[in-house]
Amino acid sequence: MNIAVAIDDVRNDALPSASEAGPAPKRIVVAYGFWIFLLSDIVMFSALFAAYAVLVRATAGGPTGAELFNQASVAIETACLLASSFTCGLMSLAIASRRRDATYVFAVVTFVLGAVFLALEIREFAGMIAIGATPQRSAFLSAFFTLVGCHGLHVTAGLIWLAVMMAQVEIKGFRATVERRLLCFALFWHALDIIWVWLFTVVYLMGVRP
Amino acid sequence: MTDTRYDRAPGDRPTLADREEGTSSGVIVYAIGLVLAVGLTATSFWVANTSLIWPPGVPLGLAVLAIAQMGVHLVFFLHITTGPDNTNNVLALAFGILIVFLVVVGSLWIMFNLNDNMMPPPELMNLHMQH
Repeated sequence: MNIAVAIDDVRNDALPSASEAGPAPKRIVVAYGFWIFLLSDIVMFSALFAAYAVLVRATAGGPTGAELFNQASVAIETACLLASSFTCGLMSLAIASRRRDATYVFAVVTFVLGAVFLALEIREFAGMIAIGATPQRSAFLSAFFTLVGCHGLHVTAGLIWLAVMMAQVEIKGFRATVERRLLCFALFWHALDIIWVWLFTVVYLMGVRP
Repeated sequence: MTDTRYDRAPGDRPTLADREEGTSSGVIVYAIGLVLAVGLTATSFWVANTSLIWPPGVPLGLAVLAIAQMGVHLVFFLHITTGPDNTNNVLALAFGILIVFLVVVGSLWIMFNLNDNMMPPPELMNLHMQH
C-alpha cells in the first residue's frame, strides 16, 4: 500500500496512464473503431493493388497504360483531391470552434472539389471505353477499372455522406452524435487521399514507364 | 473533463490548450501538411517525367516519395502521433501496414516466380508456333 502511494507521489506531475484516467470518452472509442474500419478498407485496396501489379503487363495485345493515360488530367485530379483534403481539415477546425457558416463554406468547397475529381475520372473512363479499352478487353484493363473504379466509388460514397452530414448539421445542429459522424467523415476523406497517393504513383506514374 | 486530455482520436484536434487558443495553430498544421504534400506530389510527377534520373531507379524513387507523402498525410491530416495517448491507433496502423505489405509483396513474389517457371523454353515455344 505504501509502495503504491510512493509511486503515486513520484508520478504526481506526470500524466496519469490511460487506466488511471478512467474509461475513454465515446468520441475516442468511435474514432478508434472507424480507424480500424479504414485500415480494413486499406487492406482490401492492397489486394486490388497487388492484382493490378501482377496483371499490368497482361494487355493481351490491347492498349497499354502508356497509350491510355493522360498525365495532365491525372495531375488536375490529384490537385483537386489534395485541396479537398485540406478544406476538409479546415471544416474540422470550423466544427471544433462551432462556426456554422465556415463549416458550410468549407463543406461546399470540399464537395465541389471532390465532384470535379469524380467528373474528370468519369470523363477519363468514358474516353477509354469509347476507343475500345473496356474492362473486358484485357486482364490489365479489368484490374485497372476495378482498382480505380473502387476508389471512385469510395469518393462517390464520401460525397453523399458529406451532403447528408450537412443536412444533419442544418437540422440537428452541433450535437455530440453529429460531431462524431463529422469526425469519422474527415477520417474517411483523408484516408481516401492516402489511397489516391498510391494510385497515381503505381498506376499513372509507374504504369506509363516502358 | 480531464480524461479527454490523455486520449486522442485519429483526426482529433490536438489538445485542449490548442482549442482554447483558437484555430490558428490548427490551420498552420493543415497548411504545413498541404505544402509538404504538394511538394512531394510535384516531385513525383517530375521524377516520373525527367530524363536526369537513371531509369531503373525511378520506380524506387516514386515509392519513396509515396511513402513520405503517406507519412505527411498521417501526421498532418489524420494527426497520428507517436505520443502515449495514441498507442492504440499506432498499433492498429502498424498491423494494417504489415498485412498490406504481406499481401502486396507476397502476391508479386509468388506470381513473378510462377511466370518464370511456367514459361516454356524457347524451343518448345517454337514447336507450339509451328502447329
